[in-house]
Amino acid sequence: MLSRKTIISTLAGVFVLLPMIAQASDLLPTVPKAKAKANPETLCIRDVKVMRKNHMNFIMHKRDETMRKGIRTKKDSLAECISCHISKDKSGNYASFGDDKHFCSSCHNHVAVKIDCFDCHNDKPTAASKTGSTLK
Amino acid sequence: MTQPVNTKETTTDLYRRQFLGKTAAAAGFALAPGMLLTEIAHAKPADEAVSDKNRWGLLINTNKCGSGCTACVTACQTENGWGELNHSEEHSRASQKAVWIRKVKLKDKQTGHVQSLPLMCQHCEHPPCVDVCPTGASFKRKDGIVLVDKHICIGCRYCMMACPYKARSFIHEALQNQKVHSPRGKGTVESCTMCVHRVDNDGTPACVEACNAEGHQAMYFGDLKDSNSAISKELAKNGGQQIRADLDLNTGVRYQGL
Repeated sequence: MLSRKTIISTLAGVFVLLPMIAQASDLLPTVPKAKAKANPETLCIRDVKVMRKNHMNFIMHKRDETMRKGIRTKKDSLAECISCHISKDKSGNYASFGDDKHFCSSCHNHVAVKIDCFDCHNDKPTAASKTGSTLK
Repeated sequence: MTQPVNTKETTTDLYRRQFLGKTAAAAGFALAPGMLLTEIAHAKPADEAVSDKNRWGLLINTNKCGSGCTACVTACQTENGWGELNHSEEHSRASQKAVWIRKVKLKDKQTGHVQSLPLMCQHCEHPPCVDVCPTGASFKRKDGIVLVDKHICIGCRYCMMACPYKARSFIHEALQNQKVHSPRGKGTVESCTMCVHRVDNDGTPACVEACNAEGHQAMYFGDLKDSNSAISKELAKNGGQQIRADLDLNTGVRYQGL
């Protein structure tokens, strides 16, 4: 037999915890949707879970391939990520890195992981130069 | 720049190279003419790494270069987003600001003869900037283009001191709105990339394009290892000098009329 005390404290616990659980989902970052689905099955160029966990490794590998070997393919190219994962703010401008509306910032702000990609790289897509960023 | 160009040594060196090049080309055709022709006909596929089959170079005819013309400099600024297009270097003196390519005026004090030429990274075969780099950020691609890997550049500026051509500059202040194909950022060294993003897509550097558009035709871009390229033919016919050839750097940028 459960004592009255135990029942009351359990019920009290449930009532305290319930709103916290509800709040937890609000605390998760809102990740802006991509402009297109690179692959209809995986939605992104790879499975979303894989991308979320390993995107930094893919980008880092691609970075060296491009920089050192001149391999300028679209897959894993940061410029391609940016041109697809871009969202506009209320005034119709592209969101800047640092803004919660920017795809990268939406998570990186949440988890407080500082990245310096955009110290050098443009955080928004720009009109491509004639032969410049027309990546094969 | 202050020392005279060692003409004799350059020409000898060039003749030797031409001879070797021609011999190699002749041998190539004799052994496998079909294979060699295929290689010339097709450009590098996008997913293939650059190789030492090519060596990209520039040839600049100072007699054709307009004395007041800065089309190449402006084109480089527009293409790569530096200089007047980016006013973020508020606290830097003029001599500290980014310079990828600049026009240099040479005056012979005895005759009063004035020459004008663009000077940028000379894309040396033996680059001093690569020798001194403590992190490996300054490197030469297999196809001869000398670059700074800004991901691992720590901004020590040894390369700037080592370069005899004063071709590199340092970014002192935070930047925004960089060109997508030309990332630049605070705390790193930069220089002419020979428009590597264009070259990888079978393009021509912006400066050469601008010079041709201006009607000067003072700049050639091409493969120094391909004896059929316009630049190689011109070099074979009229020769080309290196600036500070005495340093034995075997520069990828050559000049005529110095």
